[in-house]
Amino acid sequence: MLPNTVDYYRASSVSDALNVLKANPDAKILAGGHSLIPAMKLRLNSPSMVIDIANLSDLNYIKEEGGNIRIGAMTTHGQIAHSSLLAEKLPLFTETADVIGDVQVRNMGTIGGSIAHADPSADWPAALLAADASIVVTNGDETRSIPATDFFVGFFSTALEEGEIITEIQVPVPATGTKMTYQKFMQPASRFAIVGCAAMAKVENGVVADVKVAFTGVSDGPFRDGNVEAAISGKTTTAENIASAAAQAASDVNLNADHYADEDYRQHLARVYAKRALSAVCG
Amino acid sequence: MAETVNITVNGTQHSKEVEGRTLLVHFLRDTLGLTGTHVGCDTSSCGACTVHINGKAVKSCSMLAAQADGKSITTIEGMANGDELHPLQESFREKHGLQCGFCTPGMIMTAADLLNHNPNPSETDIREALEGNICRCTGYHNIVEAIKDAAEKMAVPA
Repeated sequence: MLPNTVDYYRASSVSDALNVLKANPDAKILAGGHSLIPAMKLRLNSPSMVIDIANLSDLNYIKEEGGNIRIGAMTTHGQIAHSSLLAEKLPLFTETADVIGDVQVRNMGTIGGSIAHADPSADWPAALLAADASIVVTNGDETRSIPATDFFVGFFSTALEEGEIITEIQVPVPATGTKMTYQKFMQPASRFAIVGCAAMAKVENGVVADVKVAFTGVSDGPFRDGNVEAAISGKTTTAENIASAAAQAASDVNLNADHYADEDYRQHLARVYAKRALSAVCG
Repeated sequence: MAETVNITVNGTQHSKEVEGRTLLVHFLRDTLGLTGTHVGCDTSSCGACTVHINGKAVKSCSMLAAQADGKSITTIEGMANGDELHPLQESFREKHGLQCGFCTPGMIMTAADLLNHNPNPSETDIREALEGNICRCTGYHNIVEAIKDAAEKMAVPA
């Protein structure tokens, strides 16, 4: 048996999950399990109990309502990758979902589980930051909406408080004519991002407006790159302007280093992928 | 703490007690004796343990047996119809899509998921679908050929 002994609890509703979580502070919420179970197999994590919420169908939906795209936390990467609503309104999300892990992972892994885990090389955080997403969380008594920029606080760390679970991801529907992309240099076995760059921009009269650029994999947590955004904002979409803005990428962050990519190489990759992403959205 | 799970595997309903920590792949191999589903790594990378849950390919090493309660599972043992091999199995044999054979059950289950929703895949579609399955004999070329061949066989009613 690879994981340590663990009690399994299948939640019948969000409030049931929250009540059991309150009574068992060492318990972990089990969504698709494709981050938690591998961690439990390696005994990096040994919770006393897992609370399975994957079957809560009221957390599985993709819809448009009041100018927002709303995605239930238990929606799988595969469902997002194949959503015609998202392909039309928020293609950044279908493009991102389509390069997460592999087919099998996308069939089980969920957007809520992935962002709660907050792996610094996961794909969703970059897309959520570039899309100005908010994360809706509840503890049963109180529901709050946390902007993605406040939600991801660092290495495997989020603004989720004890006793809270994620119920929904909300994204304002991008203005007509907004272009968006996710460009990723992946680790070939794990398929996590060594560098992932999500970008959204709108070009008006040949000038870049409303641009957002976010990275994952580069630093100890995902981040919006204000230097790149400021360097291209208000500029014309020439190759020279794009190259000089991209050259600002990952300038003032702590760079990750591992046996795949040291600091210098990661920074170089961030600039290459910023250029690709900007070229795609400023065209 | 033991959990009772009710799982349908290859059409047969099973009601068994499992530990909370029991991985689905161990339930299939050790409890049910279905050893066609393999374990090739401990990091969810290799895909040798791929089975279908409610028709979709998943890695049975990365989920608990308890998570599969109430679900319908197909393993490699459920692919053939009696003595008649599934077209994918037949094509892997004909096109030499296996050398040592260790990765083959996972390859076939992933390929079957692909052909379920894309009956006429391009070579790129096939290679992308196999992203989560590793072959250490470097037999990918013939695996892709075998899947193409099976798609053609399945498209023509016998």
